[in-house]
Amino acid sequence: MKTETTAINIDRGKGDFFYPEAHVRDAGAGLSERTIHYIADVKEDPDWVRDFRLRALKTFWEKPLPTHWASKELEAIDFDKIRYYLSGGTEPKRSWEEVPDDIKRTFERLGIPEQERKFLAGVEAQFDSEAVYSNIKKAVGEQGVIFVGSREGLKNYPEIFRPWFGKVIPVGDNKFSALNSAVFSGGSFIYVPPGVKVKHPLQAYFRINAENFGQFERTLIIADEGSEVTYMEGCTAPKFNTPTLHSAVVELVALKGAKIQYITVQNWASNVFNLVTKRGLAQENAEVKWIDCNIGSRLTMKYPGVIMKGRKARGEVLSIALANDGQHQDTGAKMIHAADETTSNIVSKSISIGKGRATYRGLVHVPKHLKNCKNNTECDALLINATSRTDTYPAITVRGTGNAVQHEASVSQVSTEQIFYMQQRGLSEAQAMSLSVNGFVNDLVRQFPMEYSVELKRLTRDGRLGRVTAAPTDFLQRRSLTAVLVVR
Amino acid sequence: MPSVTDHEVAKSGSILSGAAELRDLPEWFLDQQRTAWNQFETLPNPTRKDQPWRFSNVGLLDLAPFRISPPLSEDDRNNVLKHSRGLDKYAARLIFANDQLIERDVVSEDLKRRGVIFQPLERAMIEHADVFRKYFMSTEATLGSAKFAALHKALVSTGTFLFVPRGLEIELPIEIFHWLRHDNMSAFPHLLLVADELAKVTVIEHFRSCSPTAPGFACGVNDLIAGPGAKVTYVCAQNWSENVIALQMNSTTVDHDASAMSLNLHLGGKYSRFESLSRLIGEGGRSDLLAVAVAKHQQEFDARTLQDHVSPRTASDLLYKNALDDRARTIFGGLIRVEPHAHFTDAYQKVRNLLLSDDAEANSMPGLEILADNVRCTHGATSGQIDEDELFYLRTRGISHKSRPTPLSHRLSGRSHPAPRSSGNW
Repeated sequence: MKTETTAINIDRGKGDFFYPEAHVRDAGAGLSERTIHYIADVKEDPDWVRDFRLRALKTFWEKPLPTHWASKELEAIDFDKIRYYLSGGTEPKRSWEEVPDDIKRTFERLGIPEQERKFLAGVEAQFDSEAVYSNIKKAVGEQGVIFVGSREGLKNYPEIFRPWFGKVIPVGDNKFSALNSAVFSGGSFIYVPPGVKVKHPLQAYFRINAENFGQFERTLIIADEGSEVTYMEGCTAPKFNTPTLHSAVVELVALKGAKIQYITVQNWASNVFNLVTKRGLAQENAEVKWIDCNIGSRLTMKYPGVIMKGRKARGEVLSIALANDGQHQDTGAKMIHAADETTSNIVSKSISIGKGRATYRGLVHVPKHLKNCKNNTECDALLINATSRTDTYPAITVRGTGNAVQHEASVSQVSTEQIFYMQQRGLSEAQAMSLSVNGFVNDLVRQFPMEYSVELKRLTRDGRLGRVTAAPTDFLQRRSLTAVLVVR
Repeated sequence: MPSVTDHEVAKSGSILSGAAELRDLPEWFLDQQRTAWNQFETLPNPTRKDQPWRFSNVGLLDLAPFRISPPLSEDDRNNVLKHSRGLDKYAARLIFANDQLIERDVVSEDLKRRGVIFQPLERAMIEHADVFRKYFMSTEATLGSAKFAALHKALVSTGTFLFVPRGLEIELPIEIFHWLRHDNMSAFPHLLLVADELAKVTVIEHFRSCSPTAPGFACGVNDLIAGPGAKVTYVCAQNWSENVIALQMNSTTVDHDASAMSLNLHLGGKYSRFESLSRLIGEGGRSDLLAVAVAKHQQEFDARTLQDHVSPRTASDLLYKNALDDRARTIFGGLIRVEPHAHFTDAYQKVRNLLLSDDAEANSMPGLEILADNVRCTHGATSGQIDEDELFYLRTRGISHKSRPTPLSHRLSGRSHPAPRSSGNW
């Protein structure tokens, strides 16, 4: 593209602040069995959890970094310099008044309490290693919905969570799932009883405040037969000069006929390594849907998956990635068909700007003797500048005669004809560019329930985004990413 | 020539003990071969964890049983010649069996006078050392088989060298046969084709076994160089016996305004790997890559391709089709790579798998690596089976259920029709 000066800038400023640390609990830098014992002691883990952590640590040490296929940038992470546990205490508060001032101000600046009053059925706010606030609307709690932190979940409801804990994503799944299993802290544990349909989304907000820190939250959502739940997570961190690590494990279990929708808007600062393992299990007739938006971080490696274990189970991944200068969004999807008549759908769109790099990695697996399984994969990449880069690496295995799989991908840039046409209609080149980019992602963006998403909402409302007016708003659908993409 | 008894065949050296030292080749070449042998011995065996070998059944790559072939008997030579039937008309022809040149139909005096060089490798490396040394295995095998490319280089003893001079068009195709005779023999087929500016040429290579079941090993290299504005068409008809382990490493270099078209037909082999690297190094270059594999029984076809767009304004189009029956497996690992500044690239890649049995397995990995923005690149992969409606339609037209795969898998084969399998043991 000839317009080298056209760059798309998104606002990350709002999340870029931090308060002095006032941690009561600090496991120190580096990782050893002592670190594990420290965390287990502070959290008063039951013995089986402590053993689980110790075993996971061994697995983490044994596994090599996956640099034979993944980015060599992983080598920039110095596991000895990271602090694995920092908290002001382990008990989350039930009202914002009780939350310490600094932390409360953090979340107020991010708009969480306001959103909670308006839209959400429950909120959990995690600050470094532990949830500082966790609350669920009374009416939802009365339906029997459990929405607690991982520590509380394992301690108070072992009969519900233990059978599924670490089952969808085994410790040894990859090096970072092992690391998470060893030092996990925070995250949400959710149980939705049979037939209960949670009307409004539950939201978790993850905030990193400390430098040289690793956040390892662990989330497990179990939707019992016929229930429905939507969960959203947002994340921010201030920008430090040293690498910060965020390595979560998220397991979803949708029992017969249940529906889980999991929405992520990831806006980490550009020094964060975001290495996340996410997988859902869908029983008969159940549906797991991942909606994933990656805007921030230095390197994200995240491939949400669905194992379709029961007949007619459905899996879906909708993914938007925006890779700016210095960023590598390495995202994708895994679809494991393990029963007849299962269907999956992957739609991935990425935009690479400046020297940004967006990668799609996909895995579709249809094993033997299954009938009428279907997968559809579409991935489209848009390149904005001459230095932008995009890659697509799908792997598709199909066995047997009863199944249909199709994959399509395309890479393009905004066509000069398109821009020319819009300029003819009186738009500046920058406006035309902005409009085209929005058109590219618009159909996917519409899938995000934006009015609920604190992170996207925050971006749209922020004063800095006033400059969005670059594109005449009446041209644009209200829910378009224009809000997020600003033409400089 | 004295006839070779089975005893002597069994006595011949294993390929793992290296080349016999008495080869009558120039010293500089033997030096290169010794270096290559060291490389072969140092490079690790591929494992499934290596990305270029993902999904491959690397366990099948046991080379211990295979031997360097001793000279063929007079009977064998006559038999092979009798069965080397291909095109009715050709410009020239070479027939190799167990890596020995057994027949040579040279190009016409006219073509020779105008500068066409069509020679066995061992002569070309002496008589045309300059061109030969410039191009011989000049492109590294980057698609996973560096070890086997080294083995090929170390053990290659003959092959085809074809040079078509500037502006010359050879109208009729050039035909080459490679045969494997007797059990556990090995072959290292080699083709080096250099088409100079604006030259035009078509080459067809046949790979066949004398027996439909004899085990064997083939490790071939073919390098096609299309100079500016040249037009090269290459057809590979691979029909080794169903117990042959075969690796073929192709590299095609396309200069400005040149075009290369390759059609690869894969029918034989127990494990057949085909690596194809297409480099577009000049503006206006175009490369078309077509392949058809018909996989049966326990056959495994393993195709790895790279469409490497080095220069701006180049085009490539890849279409690979696989029909899979019984317990057959296919792997397609393809990549379109657009290098920085290779703007106005137009690249396409498509793999289509037709599954005809419940035990067949198709693996597809169509990849893209795009480092320039002004490009149009798309790829697609589909896997499916024959629609019930289509079958019903065929039955209403009197085609029985049993014979169904043939017409439809032929349709899948699109532009080319599978050649009949060889007719029994002889």
